[in-house]
Amino acid sequence: MNILVLMKMVPDIVEELEVGPDGKSLDPEFQRPIVSERDEHALEQALLLKERCGGTVTALALDTQDADDVLFTALAKGCDRAVKVAGIDGPLATTEVASLLAKVIPAVPGLAPSDLILTGCWAIDDLDGMVGPLLAERLGMPYLGIVTGVGAKAGEGRVTVAKEYSGGVRGEFGVTLPAVLGIQASEKPPRYVPVAKVRATMKSGKIDSVPAAAPDEASQISILQMKKPEAAGRAEMLEGGPEEVAAKVLDLLSARGLV
Amino acid sequence: MSGNIWVLAEHWRGHVSDITFELLVLGKELAGGLGCPLEAVLLGHGAKGLAGELGAAQSVLSVDHPSLAEPNPEAYATALAVLLQEHKPRALLVPLSNVSADVLGILPARLRVPLANFCKDVGVVDGGLQATCLVYGGKMETTVSVPGSTVVLGILPGSRAAAEGRVAGSPSVVDVALQLPAEGRVRFESYVEPAAGDIDITQQTVLVSVGRGIQTQDNIELAEELAGLLGGAVSASRPVIDQGWLPLTRQVGKSGATVKPKLYLAAGISGAPEHVEGMKGAETILAINMDAQAPIFAVAHYGVVGDVVELLPLITDAVKAKKG
Repeated sequence: MNILVLMKMVPDIVEELEVGPDGKSLDPEFQRPIVSERDEHALEQALLLKERCGGTVTALALDTQDADDVLFTALAKGCDRAVKVAGIDGPLATTEVASLLAKVIPAVPGLAPSDLILTGCWAIDDLDGMVGPLLAERLGMPYLGIVTGVGAKAGEGRVTVAKEYSGGVRGEFGVTLPAVLGIQASEKPPRYVPVAKVRATMKSGKIDSVPAAAPDEASQISILQMKKPEAAGRAEMLEGGPEEVAAKVLDLLSARGLV
Repeated sequence: MSGNIWVLAEHWRGHVSDITFELLVLGKELAGGLGCPLEAVLLGHGAKGLAGELGAAQSVLSVDHPSLAEPNPEAYATALAVLLQEHKPRALLVPLSNVSADVLGILPARLRVPLANFCKDVGVVDGGLQATCLVYGGKMETTVSVPGSTVVLGILPGSRAAAEGRVAGSPSVVDVALQLPAEGRVRFESYVEPAAGDIDITQQTVLVSVGRGIQTQDNIELAEELAGLLGGAVSASRPVIDQGWLPLTRQVGKSGATVKPKLYLAAGISGAPEHVEGMKGAETILAINMDAQAPIFAVAHYGVVGDVVELLPLITDAVKAKKG
């Protein structure tokens, strides 16, 4: 089974985010790009499938800041090939990314045909669409998202997909290949790869660079303003040193009859 | 029916979802603002009886087909694409829930109509639709205009009070017969129920709930000890479950459980919308987080800016001392 994994950089939301001078987007100065967490799960799911059924895994990312680190890490984890789409000019809306990828993927030898395209579902900035279904429609493939497990047997032309609902209930679906799946969580936590191994891969491995295509679709919504949300309510903050705070928490628990 | 406001009436395993009623309230406001009717779209197989619960809508478009018996996203999107092209509503409101979110992805992609996702509110401004969307895990709020004669809006849980939309009545039900493929490329096979045997976090009086801020699996013991002293249990947000540090049965939020304990201690949880959805009904919420800007402080009653790994043992000691 040949699997293509789409990896996208998003700002680390553990860091403080600031609105940029245009009042409509994030200030790049304050951003630390990291790979979208669910894309890491998509990569892990692809590697698990490869271990079980054979085949190849290719990781693909747009050539934005730190994309090389992400792709070398993917190679160090066991990907067979890493591809970056070079010549990306400025931030792109999800619709534009999907439009661009729908042109690039079929044009690069070895990327198509893929049996499966895996990507994280619901990136934190997917305001105007999700890349998985957008790409699936453009490539004429089915899409299923919020996936937490994929089972396959070589040569069957289908996969069994676990989709998450609520309360821990999952649905099992049969999906005809080729298909695009939006991964919510891989069956096992994403594997850890030591920094030394990534460094070694940077010396021995290579990333293929392919040219970008101009997106022929733009986002159909327009951003008027971005701001930090004003809290409708706000917690009463317990101030003081750690021991003081612990004492205040105890008072709070006592007042509710919990201690 | 052209130009109307539509709500996708989500139902799952025989019940209309709470979020459907929230969307009906929001949809009614929009329909009022635009001077058009509000219609609910009910897809299913043998589900037409649920239409009576959708009294907040003026009418219900009902499609009954075996391929729609379960919320199969591809079948749903196929049916909705036909309906949207034929009736051209002004907007279709879709719940941003695990049941409906795939439809939200597929449908605008197929019809190439605008989508505004993560909407916490939508309004009519100068005759156009404007949405307020929560992005970056709830840390930023974006106002977008959504032009287009037919648009799709993904609405976050909690946009309105479900109770207000729970209006029984007898909306006129319009049966729509659609020619749909009996078997598509995505086929529902079965449900897999969660493994039983673990504690039920929805039944606890106290939950000490751990998030990314707990840092390591070993640190979960700190939460276990405090929860044990308070007669409660440990629950968690998604990142902790995804790491495999706690079983799925302990997950609070969209994919996990909705909990309403007397005390919910959110320990190192940032408060992404999909988590808040599952715990906002707790009687008292105390949040501890390093980041003073964390969205959890907007839903918590009490907050502490600090490190849970340092604070949990101190709180545990204080409780022990009091208990003697």
